[in-house]
Amino acid sequence: MTAFQRFRTNLAACVGLAILAAMVLLAATAPLIFPTSPWEMVGEPYLRPLEGPYLLGTDMLGRDIAAGIAHGARVSLMLALVATVAATGLGILLGAFAGYCGGAVDEVVMRATEFFQTIPSFLLAVVLVALFSPSILSIVVAIAVVSWPGVARLVRGQFLSLRQAEFVQAALVLGEPTWRIIFRQILPNAIGPVIVTASLMVATAILLESSLSFLGLGDPDLMSWGYMIGASRNLIRDAWWMCTFPGVAIFLTVLSINLVGDGLGDALNPRLTA
Amino acid sequence: MRRFAKAILGLGLVLALGLAAAPATAQTPRKGGTLRILVHPEPPHVVTALGQASGTVTIGGKIFEGLLTFDFGLNPKPGLAERWERSADGLTYTFHLRRNAKWHDGKPFTAADVVFTTQEFLMKTHPRARSVFSRVASVETPDDHTVVYKLKERFSPFLYAFELSGAPMMPKHIYAGTEFDKNPANAKPVGTGPFRFVSWTRGESLQLERNPDYYREGRPYLDAISFHFIPDAAARTVALEQGLVDQAQFDAVQFTDLERLKKNPALTIADKGQEFIAPLILMDMNSRRPPFGDKRFRKALLHSIDRNFIKDRIFYGQGKVPTGPISSSTRYYISDVPRYDYDPEKAKALLDEMGLKPGADGTRAEIKILALPYGDHWTRLGEYLRESFRRVGVRATVENTDPGNWIQRYTNWDYDIVYTFFYQYADPALGVARTYLCSNVRKVFLANANGYCNQRIDDLFSAATSETDEAKKQAAYDEIQKTLIEDLPTAPLLELQFPVVLNRRVHDAITTAHGPNDAYADAWLAR
Repeated sequence: MTAFQRFRTNLAACVGLAILAAMVLLAATAPLIFPTSPWEMVGEPYLRPLEGPYLLGTDMLGRDIAAGIAHGARVSLMLALVATVAATGLGILLGAFAGYCGGAVDEVVMRATEFFQTIPSFLLAVVLVALFSPSILSIVVAIAVVSWPGVARLVRGQFLSLRQAEFVQAALVLGEPTWRIIFRQILPNAIGPVIVTASLMVATAILLESSLSFLGLGDPDLMSWGYMIGASRNLIRDAWWMCTFPGVAIFLTVLSINLVGDGLGDALNPRLTA
Repeated sequence: MRRFAKAILGLGLVLALGLAAAPATAQTPRKGGTLRILVHPEPPHVVTALGQASGTVTIGGKIFEGLLTFDFGLNPKPGLAERWERSADGLTYTFHLRRNAKWHDGKPFTAADVVFTTQEFLMKTHPRARSVFSRVASVETPDDHTVVYKLKERFSPFLYAFELSGAPMMPKHIYAGTEFDKNPANAKPVGTGPFRFVSWTRGESLQLERNPDYYREGRPYLDAISFHFIPDAAARTVALEQGLVDQAQFDAVQFTDLERLKKNPALTIADKGQEFIAPLILMDMNSRRPPFGDKRFRKALLHSIDRNFIKDRIFYGQGKVPTGPISSSTRYYISDVPRYDYDPEKAKALLDEMGLKPGADGTRAEIKILALPYGDHWTRLGEYLRESFRRVGVRATVENTDPGNWIQRYTNWDYDIVYTFFYQYADPALGVARTYLCSNVRKVFLANANGYCNQRIDDLFSAATSETDEAKKQAAYDEIQKTLIEDLPTAPLLELQFPVVLNRRVHDAITTAHGPNDAYADAWLAR
């Protein structure tokens, strides 16, 4: 049974994938469905869902909440993806060298990961964003910086065990250069768990970005779900729809990514043959 | 038929007037009860002379008093001084103090306390008072209940300095010869006010009790006032709604809760009592940075803003759309000045005239807005300005920062556009001039940061400040207002009225221009 077949038979993972695909589609088509800026005050403030021409109502300044959700999907998914790619890249690079070289390199890298892992990651992200003033770049960097150590440790573990494998010994004897052994021999065999971790990291990144925006540390020019909740949290007793819909969007997206991630984990695990 | 209609109308009017007037006359003050007031944030101390954070003044205003208070029309009324006069040349001010006023520790309040407060204490602790009392050439005390100030030169707003937050009287016998900010009496303040300090449980509440020796017969009516500190905004609103507290003001009330509080039949929202501070929200534009140097650009920005939207939607109706640099409740305000209506087309025309044509993406210019980090409504205001400017092709980005950084950047002229509120302090010389004077272009917080400099304006302000003839003073302020609204170094966005929510059982609380900061000697609680 191939990995794809295993994934396909996993109902939860398929549901997750469907929701995620819908979110990606929404993000991709946001500028077509809602051509005006999500910040544009299009209508009367405080419109309830379906009360006016706006599906999910308007917020306290009369901004279309549906437009905010769609454009927020772009921001959330894009930011999370970029941050994850950056964190994973850094984690793989450092973890691979640490695991392969061992010795002093390993010591240094592992002490560095411990340094980052002992600081509460959200607080570190808050400090970093506040320090470099909130912008899309500082948020991506902050999320990447707090996320890479997990990947690095995982990759290092994989490398430590695979380094002794026979195909690696063979490559060494054949005189392959070190970088080739690392990236062409060991990495492809170690990548399965990394993909699973990375997919789950996207969900964490979305939550991190939302939390930062909720606290007012988002990019002030980008509409994001966390911002929408943060801006309307005072109004929850009077206008439930303003923070409920972005909350549902975050919930669905994070849930779907987790389902897909778990599905991938099962599918890529060769020992599971259900 | 028509006559009949008129008669009905007249009858209706009489009835309406009668009904409106009825509650005011029907109720006589009742003695007793504890007034419970929410204060947020909890102030570091309650000694008004040491600092004027809003919580400090609200609480300290009941303990410490000034020589004068001011009515809604900003006319001086007796406080610790029962009479006062100004000499014909405008250089000498004489105050006749109450003879039966006592400090809370029983010592009599005398002229020596007044001299000590204004010439020693406030000189060290209170920058706003220092700028006024440094104009004093000499102070004499012919007897224990008379103080005579001789000024170096004429300074017509002098009386306004004697209000409760500008010159709160401090006891000489406790503070003389000590380090004022380290005196143990700061933790157990001694004033002359209608209420005495009892206790303060930090993080919870502060208790004041009735001063039985108060100099006004039969006052205060209340037995006690307690101040409660609840950090959570939602919990504060619930406390108001459920009648667990009787009053909340300024930052203790969220603008977003006003709609629901207004609907509560037990509560009312004060529409008076901020005439003295008269907070005016200004959009300050840095004229050193192009294209802000061109006044057509500044005018275009103001035309792109719907200030009624700001008033109704961001500040939930709390205020008035301003017409000029002086608030309508401040002295010498005139309404007869050019208006800047909401007119995006006019804004675009002005930008076209300047040669700022839209580029391929519709952008004419790019600017930055430094958002005020003092709460959600200020963030919304920044977002609203950004979208307003975008509609006329000025691409604005909002910069978010923390309060310390915000003050630093504003003080050091490091901004394109910044917005905040300015207290007017009754006379334009005290609260308005500072933003526009050439001589005040300094890197000091809330000085003239925008760099506007017009020598004529400096001359007019200086003439008005030393003028004691009201007509001439008014003429100077007429020209100042017309010039400033034409040059538009700053754009007035809103005459802000901070929310003050009262339970309907509270009566006669808001009776002066100081509103909730007043001493509350006349306030009383219905059963």
